[in-house]
Amino acid sequence: MAGFVLDAAALSRLMPMHIAIDAAGRVLSAGPTLVRLLGTDPAGADFMGLFILRGAGTAPRVADLTRAARLHLVLRDRPEIAFRGQAVPMARGALVNLSFGIGVVEAVRAHGLTEADFAPTDLTVELLYLYEAKTAVLDELRALNRRLQGDKRLAEEKALTDALTGLGNRRALEMALEAAEGTAFALAVLDLDGFKAVNDTLGHAAGDHVLVTAARRLEEECRRDDVIVRAGGDEFILLMPGMDRESAAAERLERIIARLGEPIPWAGQVCRIGASAGVVLSGATPDPRADHLLAHADAALYAAKRAGKGQAVVWTKRLAGD
Amino acid sequence: MNGLINRAIQCFLRDGWGGAAWADAARAAGAPVAGFEPLLDYDPALTGRLVAAAAARLDRAPDCLLEDLGTYLVSHPSRAGVRRLLRFAGPDFREFLQTLEDLPARVRLALPDLVLPAMQLRQEGNLYLLRLGPGVPGIAPVAVGLLRAMADDYGALAVLSAGPEAADGSAEVTIRLLDEGFAAGRDFLLGRA
Repeated sequence: MAGFVLDAAALSRLMPMHIAIDAAGRVLSAGPTLVRLLGTDPAGADFMGLFILRGAGTAPRVADLTRAARLHLVLRDRPEIAFRGQAVPMARGALVNLSFGIGVVEAVRAHGLTEADFAPTDLTVELLYLYEAKTAVLDELRALNRRLQGDKRLAEEKALTDALTGLGNRRALEMALEAAEGTAFALAVLDLDGFKAVNDTLGHAAGDHVLVTAARRLEEECRRDDVIVRAGGDEFILLMPGMDRESAAAERLERIIARLGEPIPWAGQVCRIGASAGVVLSGATPDPRADHLLAHADAALYAAKRAGKGQAVVWTKRLAGD
Repeated sequence: MNGLINRAIQCFLRDGWGGAAWADAARAAGAPVAGFEPLLDYDPALTGRLVAAAAARLDRAPDCLLEDLGTYLVSHPSRAGVRRLLRFAGPDFREFLQTLEDLPARVRLALPDLVLPAMQLRQEGNLYLLRLGPGVPGIAPVAVGLLRAMADDYGALAVLSAGPEAADGSAEVTIRLLDEGFAAGRDFLLGRA
């Protein structure tokens, strides 16, 4: 094939990051972008003194450059600047063309490169354009996610139901207690016995299944006017409107405890839990404010747990003295 | 992806005339007063209603308002990203104009859902005729405002005008390039500092 001659200026326009070297590895000429990067014209310098050729031996030769399909180079003085390159043999030496490869965004920023530093066929400017567009879209997505996250938290705060069991939550309980103020009712706090063991041995999926089953059973055992909420973890609170007798309240809770104690099948296994309860009548205390009643019910629950679990304790003044 | 366009109109109204003007226009157009999400889709008819409502609220001709919107997109500090993305198209205004036909593809590369009308450029000396295809009503005055601001950004002096819009939304924009090196132009670094 017939050869042709390109002068250095034409070569520099086509390949602004080329380096031509002679057979001994001396730099004959370098493209203007490379000269700008190096800060000085490397003509006459030793190519291997300027660059470290990755994946090559300690003393690579010109023939090693032209043999490799793709070169990976870094500047010896500034190893943070990495290049991808290709070398082809010339009449007396080799022509090496370089590009920044994947580090181009940082390189352009660090060295203040302009459109004029790249050949018109080079897609670097398009790559930079895409990089900025991508960054802008990511920023928007991040902002959108933040707003959605805020909306979600707001919705959760406003929600009245517990997402797992579908029972009411503490907020629902507060509203029910407000509505019941001044009337006769009983307030019971129930706590599952052995729930932690289920969670620990069979896993959270089993634990969730136990909570959902317990919630269904509570609903089945309750009257239409009763309010049942999951107060958190394995704690449930039951508000029984119209309940004004200790014995009747205790009976209801004993039945609920028995029901909750029935084995719960799960994935070929059986989960066994129990329940303890503390209950207080709104008429049992001279100051039946919601937080007092809840504290009394909690104290009764604590007494039930201490007395050996699996039972219900009705709060009386005697408990307050303990 | 019309959320992005609606959001641009929202910011334009808010930055230019304040939150109350935006809220009035949004209410009149049936748009969410809280604002648009740029990456979500909205009823396509909403954009036109919003422009009409804003023009009525501000007592401006819709085309004048759209022209200002185009200028705002490039020159307002809060829209710096748009100006930068456009500047990647070429090192000077003449080359920028010559790559306008690539603009829809360029935009699609960044945001596949954002569809611009097809663009065809004819050049006679210093006169450029940009034919905007159908599909995006009101695009011609926006293009005039935007290209005028880009000329300014490059430091070029150009006179621009939009021809009448056809029923399908297509229109022609005339750009007369008077002086390419009229002023220094604004700096543009390829890599953002």
